[in-house]
Amino acid sequence: MMIDALSGILLIPAFSACLLAILPGYRLTARLNVLAAFLTFSMAVSLFVVEPVSGLYLLVDDLNKVFIVLTTFVSFTTSAFSASYIGHEIEIGRLKLPYVRFYHAMYQMLMFAMNLALVANNIGLMWVAIELATLTTVLMVGIYRTHEALEAAWKYFILGSVGIALALFGTILIYMAARPVIGEGVSAMVWTVLVTHAAAFDPALLNVAFVFLLLGYGTKVGLAPLHAWLPDAHAEGPTPISAVLSGLLLNVALYALLRFKMLLALNPAAIAPGPLMVTMGLISCVFAAFMLYRRRDIKRMFAYSSIEHMGIIVFAFGMGGPLANFAGLLHMVMHSLTKSAIFFAVGHIAQVKGTQKIADMGGLTVTHPVLGWGLVLGVVAIAGLPPLGIFMSEFLVVSSTFAREPWLVIILVFGILVALGGLFLRLNTIAFGEPRGSTAPAEASYVPMFAHLAIVFVAGIYMPPALVIGFQKVARLLG
Amino acid sequence: MRGIAFDVAHMLAGSLVLVSFIQLYQDRLMALINVFAAHALVLAASVAWQAFVQDAPHLYLTAVIALVFKAIVIPAALHRIIVKLGIHREIETVVGVGPTMLLGIGLVALSMVVMLRVTADADPLAREDLAFALSVILLGLLMMVTRRNAVSQVIGFMSLENGLVLAATGAKGMPLVVEISVAFSVLIAFIVIGIFLFRIRERFDTVDMQALDRFRGERR
Repeated sequence: MMIDALSGILLIPAFSACLLAILPGYRLTARLNVLAAFLTFSMAVSLFVVEPVSGLYLLVDDLNKVFIVLTTFVSFTTSAFSASYIGHEIEIGRLKLPYVRFYHAMYQMLMFAMNLALVANNIGLMWVAIELATLTTVLMVGIYRTHEALEAAWKYFILGSVGIALALFGTILIYMAARPVIGEGVSAMVWTVLVTHAAAFDPALLNVAFVFLLLGYGTKVGLAPLHAWLPDAHAEGPTPISAVLSGLLLNVALYALLRFKMLLALNPAAIAPGPLMVTMGLISCVFAAFMLYRRRDIKRMFAYSSIEHMGIIVFAFGMGGPLANFAGLLHMVMHSLTKSAIFFAVGHIAQVKGTQKIADMGGLTVTHPVLGWGLVLGVVAIAGLPPLGIFMSEFLVVSSTFAREPWLVIILVFGILVALGGLFLRLNTIAFGEPRGSTAPAEASYVPMFAHLAIVFVAGIYMPPALVIGFQKVARLLG
Repeated sequence: MRGIAFDVAHMLAGSLVLVSFIQLYQDRLMALINVFAAHALVLAASVAWQAFVQDAPHLYLTAVIALVFKAIVIPAALHRIIVKLGIHREIETVVGVGPTMLLGIGLVALSMVVMLRVTADADPLAREDLAFALSVILLGLLMMVTRRNAVSQVIGFMSLENGLVLAATGAKGMPLVVEISVAFSVLIAFIVIGIFLFRIRERFDTVDMQALDRFRGERR
């Protein structure tokens, strides 16, 4: 092979970002964007065939392979959705052509930053990559240049920067803890080295470091009460970005958190990170579930639903143990696929209706059957009804933890049920009842949406044994 | 040598906390920018001293970046921006000066208690530096929370970053990657914020964050 897969998933997006920044027009660049995302995805899949050697800066192991493949897959399908979405935005004049060039370049830049954060073997490099991902999304959230978009971007930028600053302080503290054991220099920031020496680190320093990392990266995961940026950023940016934010960027921040949790778990004298994560997860889940009821904007509503699901995932990882970790991992994958599918549907719906206000849409299953039923299917999936994939993973989260902490699980189930009520209340007005708003036919690309939903549907009924074994391996790795 | 090295580092880091406090009660934008320049100046001196003490020449680079970029270029640019926007009037503070100062004292006490306790076995230089750095970070955070004006929020953020640089240089032998990235992130951050400020100015005719809040999609 000319280049190995590891450098492929970094170089392809980086190169495409430069190329797309130069090329004018829209049709060609949108296709190139899809092509680049597809190439990156195939490189990511090939990681399973040939495992590259990990160095001082880059690393590939069982844990991040799952994240990389998920990230590149959703990026690929989102780029296909984005091609038709952006085409419509240009037609109605909401997005000017120079901004489209910028948009595509930033899209690939974001892919680069997320892949870099996932393969980084160095905690400093990982921090830089997550910061870069934040900045690119800030720029894309503000791309419409309306009052709301600028306010959302500003809020996201300020809160995201504070979070990322706290995370850097935590990173510095980890280095301080590692230095007396490993010695000065680069190796005291390398994952694979840190992990082997973690037992000898000063536990007090590790504890404080983890609190900062949890607050810092937790802001990016969207955990309550640090979530304030998330609904605005989802609602005001272009919908493909909402899909990527919910489906991927939250996961990348979560990945960073999980790495540090593994580090702490290796030191017997340090605090158990689990209870902290469980608490924040539960608060996010219940809080977001109640917030679903007051939403009037469709994208905002699904943003709160993302907070709820990140809460469930963090809860599962916080409980720990092979079973709960397995459930958390499965839930993360299912949530990414389902939520991005929902945003694909919502993007086209908002374009057809010319608004994001829930009150101005109605009877979608009559006026736009494919979009309407697609959304219904997506919401049924995200609410956790059988037989879809999220039901499976939520059932696993509950059943794997119920024996250990029945009271906590009852709170979690309460949150899930409240959210289900809120989602169906709104779905009822949007999908059924009197048709409201424009009934113009939709020019939509349905393939990405139904591809995601099909995977979620199949996963709810049958999971290939190879996948189960792979997930179990990762779950054991997480401790 | 050990004694004086420690004392000077201690004094410089302490001064940084002091300047952070001075920032807290500035109620005029011009004065606030000047105090921020002083903040960056003290940081540059502190980093340079660390470079000398640790015999780590690459840290001089960080000091120069702090001096040129944060103490000269950014304050000058901010001066121009606020004159252009016509907002060299008073800053509104959400919480009054008295409570803010009390909160600030509380935060510094908190960071001393936390950091000095957990770093009991670390070497004293790094230990004190880290405690001061956390104070500066928390004071920067406090400023971002209590100010409504976009420019003073940016200054709060930059003084927070200054605290991070202090922490990073205090951690002996921390790889260069990080220092550059810190400086670089401030650069990017500033460009981004600059763009935003201009756009916000164009669209809203104000940089008051409370006016921005009116445009929220939902509360209508």
